[in-house]
Amino acid sequence: MAVYIVKRFFMMIATILIIATLTFFLMHSIPGSPFDEERTTNPTIQANLEKYYKLDQPVAVQYVYYLKSIVTFDFGPSIKKPNETVNSLLARGFPISFELGMITILVAVISGVTLGTFAALRHNGFIDYMAMTFAVVGISVPNFVLATLLIQQVAVTWQLLPPATWSSPLHMILPTLALATGPTAIIARLTRASMLEVLTQDYMKMARAKGLTPFRIVVRHALRNALMPVVTIMGTMLAGILTGTFVIEKIFAIPGMGKYFVESINNRDYPVIMGSTVFYSAFLVFMLFLVDIVYGFLDPRIKLHRKDGDV
Amino acid sequence: MNEHQFDNANALVCNRNEDLDRQKGKNRKTVSTEKVLTVEELHVSFKTFGGEVQALRGVSFELYKGETLAIVGESGCGKSVTANTIMGLIPQPPGRIKNGKVLFKGKDLTKLSKAGLRKIQGVDISMIFQDPMTALNPTLQIGEQLTEGYRTHHKVSKANAREKAIEMLELVGIPNPEERLKQYPHQFSGGMRQRIVIAIALICEPELLIADEPTTALDVTIQAQILELFNEIQEKTGVSIILITHDLGVVAKIADRIAVMYAGKVIEIGEKREIFYTPQHPYTKGLLNSVPRLDLKEEELQPIEGTPPDLFAPPVGCPFTARCPFAMDVCDRVYPETTHLTKNHAVNCWLQDERAKLVFT
Ligand SMILES: Nc1ncnc2c1ncn2[C@@H]1O[C@H](COP(=O)(O)OP(=O)(O)OP(=O)(O)O)[C@@H](O)[C@H]1O
Ligand SMILES: [Mg+2]
Repeated sequence: MAVYIVKRFFMMIATILIIATLTFFLMHSIPGSPFDEERTTNPTIQANLEKYYKLDQPVAVQYVYYLKSIVTFDFGPSIKKPNETVNSLLARGFPISFELGMITILVAVISGVTLGTFAALRHNGFIDYMAMTFAVVGISVPNFVLATLLIQQVAVTWQLLPPATWSSPLHMILPTLALATGPTAIIARLTRASMLEVLTQDYMKMARAKGLTPFRIVVRHALRNALMPVVTIMGTMLAGILTGTFVIEKIFAIPGMGKYFVESINNRDYPVIMGSTVFYSAFLVFMLFLVDIVYGFLDPRIKLHRKDGDV
Repeated sequence: MNEHQFDNANALVCNRNEDLDRQKGKNRKTVSTEKVLTVEELHVSFKTFGGEVQALRGVSFELYKGETLAIVGESGCGKSVTANTIMGLIPQPPGRIKNGKVLFKGKDLTKLSKAGLRKIQGVDISMIFQDPMTALNPTLQIGEQLTEGYRTHHKVSKANAREKAIEMLELVGIPNPEERLKQYPHQFSGGMRQRIVIAIALICEPELLIADEPTTALDVTIQAQILELFNEIQEKTGVSIILITHDLGVVAKIADRIAVMYAGKVIEIGEKREIFYTPQHPYTKGLLNSVPRLDLKEEELQPIEGTPPDLFAPPVGCPFTARCPFAMDVCDRVYPETTHLTKNHAVNCWLQDERAKLVFT
């Protein structure tokens, strides 16, 4: 297991490096510079600025500086917000985005799994049809459409909930709903399908023949096996939710990382782009790693494989 | 692979006379007359898209304390449905118990609520399934799977349950039980898993054990070991066993009585020797003749021609008529009454009727 973790760690580093490199060269291959919009800037000042941000140096040298900034985790000052460093932007924006993302994941997993499980247990019953109707709608409506609909109906027409910002639990409801509906629907469908399969397994019949309580039969015997495919898609789902936060933050005016990220791309704010990309990919890669650990924990057969690899 | 193994198994264990005569040191004939289970006129059917499958159409038999009753018959004749009905495991819907009783300890199990059934499942009546490779939950430790039933029913501490589990693993012949408790199913061989399944079934010391083809998925040597284990356990615990199989070699080894099922009915039932030596129903005879034996030449092997009737619309008369070499006009029209030949031997066949003698002389 230890060897496996070390191996995975180096693979994570390599992945991050590749993402970082790709971002760097993609960014630099697009024509234009951070100072394009400021037409009034006089050439000397611009040259000085470029010098200050090391933009005058050859790309290869910039790349080396960039790598150094990744290793030291100091991405330097923002170009467009001179009073801010990339690190301070991340420190301010990320916790909010993280909160939105995590609440969404939590809501999606809990409600998706519950919905899927009940649908499977009442296969072809009323709950099943309701849940699956919801799932189809939930998967097909994009989150930004749902967000605007929610704001229009719930916040503006009915005035039940605040329409924007992230300042209190009440404010969090609509953004979370908008972002979590899609993932909830996906998880519900997946849980239902795999639950239906698990329910026909011999060991489920055996669990029933033991006279166990229905709760134990469903939770301990069925769910644990049925959740396997759900855990598998958690990785991609996390990535989806992460990008989803950018859109949702924009719509609900939530001061998370998304706002800075989108702005930085529009403005060619290289340090911010690089910093947040590297930070986000590191975060995502780490989450995928966690997902794998959880998977191994759920399925003992996988753990054995790794142990075999150890020796 | 399986077919081949069956033939071998039959050839190996079906040296019938020997097995029948070897009473394995215990006199089974004096099995107690105390009834453990009475099944009366069970009718069970399943709703499917194609219509209603009448899986059981009046199954009756009794089970005495400490005996092994084998239920044999072709695939689809309703053996598993019988077992599942007794166990309370028929999914309803699509299944429905239309008629009949399962009397156990003075209670009709078909009338019990789910909660009532749970007090009996795994405690008084246990079940062993065919395929040990799939009967254990792949994600739970053996120890938990062994003890969970015991702990649910007896409300004992973890430590006590653990001790009981170790004791059970020893009983079924698994070495190093303490270490084995922490392992997962994939770390055991097929034979070992079936032993574990048996240990799980026995942990609450049930009075009745239903084994649905417990050795079909195992290879021959393991089969013999597991059957031996059944015998041992029965001697030690006095548990009554219903053994479902279509392998007559297995039956010869461990059954006391045999019930022969055909198309959802028990058509003949009797002591093992009665069924093997003086079978009365043409189907039973056919079944016995279709088993390969060491003392018979290949040409003498006679499989039963034809297939069992459609259970969507079963015939009103004897369901075997279409395949029966002795079929008479009446067979098709009226189902024969039960004829009691001896205390335990009963058969449903028109050939037993006085008037049949006139037809065949
Ligand atoms: N859940 C179900 N839904 C529909 N039909 C069923 C169901 N369970 C059993 N049957 C039908 O009931 C009949 C008897 O099946 P059963 O499983 O008892 O046969 P069996 O004697 O155990 O055969 P085998 O030797 O192949 O195990 C079959 O025709 C089968 O198709
Ligand atoms: Mg069966």
